[in-house]
Amino acid sequence: MGTSKNSAYAYQIVGGWDRLASLNTWGYPYVTGTSVIGIKYKDGILMTADMGGSYGSTLRYKSVERMKPVGKHSLLGASGEISDFQEILSYLDELILYDNMWDDGNSLGPKEVHNYLTRVMYNRRNKFNPLWNSLVLGGIKNGQKYLGTVNMIGVHFEDNHVATGFGNHLARPILRDEWHENLSFEEGVKLLEKCMRVLLYRDRSAVNKLQIAKITEEGVTLSKPYALKTFWQFSAFQNPTVGAEGSW
Amino acid sequence: MTKQQANWSPYDNNGGTCVAIAGANYCVIAADTRMSTGYSILTRDYSKICKLADKSVMASSGFQADVRALQKVLAARHLIYQHQHNKQMSCPAMAQLLSNTLYYKRFFPYYAFNVLGGLDNEGKGCVFTYDAVGSYERVGYSSQGSGSTLIMPFLDNQLKSPSPLLLPAKDAVTPLSEPEAIDLVKTCFASATERDIYTGDKLEIVVLNAAGIRSEYMELRKD
Repeated sequence: MGTSKNSAYAYQIVGGWDRLASLNTWGYPYVTGTSVIGIKYKDGILMTADMGGSYGSTLRYKSVERMKPVGKHSLLGASGEISDFQEILSYLDELILYDNMWDDGNSLGPKEVHNYLTRVMYNRRNKFNPLWNSLVLGGIKNGQKYLGTVNMIGVHFEDNHVATGFGNHLARPILRDEWHENLSFEEGVKLLEKCMRVLLYRDRSAVNKLQIAKITEEGVTLSKPYALKTFWQFSAFQNPTVGAEGSW
Repeated sequence: MTKQQANWSPYDNNGGTCVAIAGANYCVIAADTRMSTGYSILTRDYSKICKLADKSVMASSGFQADVRALQKVLAARHLIYQHQHNKQMSCPAMAQLLSNTLYYKRFFPYYAFNVLGGLDNEGKGCVFTYDAVGSYERVGYSSQGSGSTLIMPFLDNQLKSPSPLLLPAKDAVTPLSEPEAIDLVKTCFASATERDIYTGDKLEIVVLNAAGIRSEYMELRKD
């Protein structure tokens, strides 16, 4: 069952909507986004992601918004396959629409949206046709802050700070050291920028064009794209071959 | 054209260790709260313990997404049971349900390593231990997960369970008192944390007895 889905003949074997779905079951992503970082702060959640859409080692797209509001109370950030992120947004559109159509004064909070996404991701993994993303879902409802993550095989958890991809290796350690309860907005932004700068230096798929999003009880604010200041004048880079005999 | 190989695995090991010990009139179920992937820690505060019924508590380690799905399936089945029978499931009944649920996915298993603890119909402590596809037996104590190879021999030494082949059957429950059993569990985890990289951060202990259910926590090494 498993391997036949990866072949060109899959579309003949599988029926119905699955026929179209399994055409892209090659098992690897095409256009990808890199790390997303999210933190809880005093008034809600702060989230950041750069605007790059890489096509393998080529930087194909440089204005990809990888964070989008969901309903009234949530913000979704995604890394991984961009087209799968767009499909997830489409699913969420429908979810929020049905939620609004009840017209009962109730609205889906971030915890509920995160649970929905977890089930979607896990069920796709069960069918061997994953949505190739790592998602960060943050929000605040009735004063309760929520920050969770879920990846392509359905592994999920919530914490005070989360990150995807390289962010797990480079940003989480910084956050474990410097995050604390009730960060002010300015402190939170500074902390996220510190993490993004490290990622910019060390993650080859990172680009120097990022957005920071905040979600509070009032709603979502997505910053304009901007660039971080970087410093390359370290003496070791000035004359890198000074110690290497025969090099130039 | 060569056969396509998969670029991704539907499984991951998120680590962690679980232990359960049955006493004459209590049961102790414990698990660490670390969730890892590869050489990274994802979070230090994730509970692996799930209260399935008034007298059944399950601790599961392995692939977290499968563990969570398994917990949800069992919780849903228990709700249906309550609607149909107007009572809670007993621990031995839940034990059978868990086994059947795991075997149902025999050919695409839940990568979950479970210990089920609780009180049987006589109020005595019971522990059931499982593999990923539902093979189970009732025992006096057990451990599963990444630190089980370190903990199980120690438990064998301290609790020395009688052989299940003996006739007449000898009670598997430990003669230890509740505080002694809890202390033993803490010792197990402190030791496992030293040598198993996937075990640590915090220990969550759940105690079931005639008075009800309570939780205790202990800090573990975070490295």
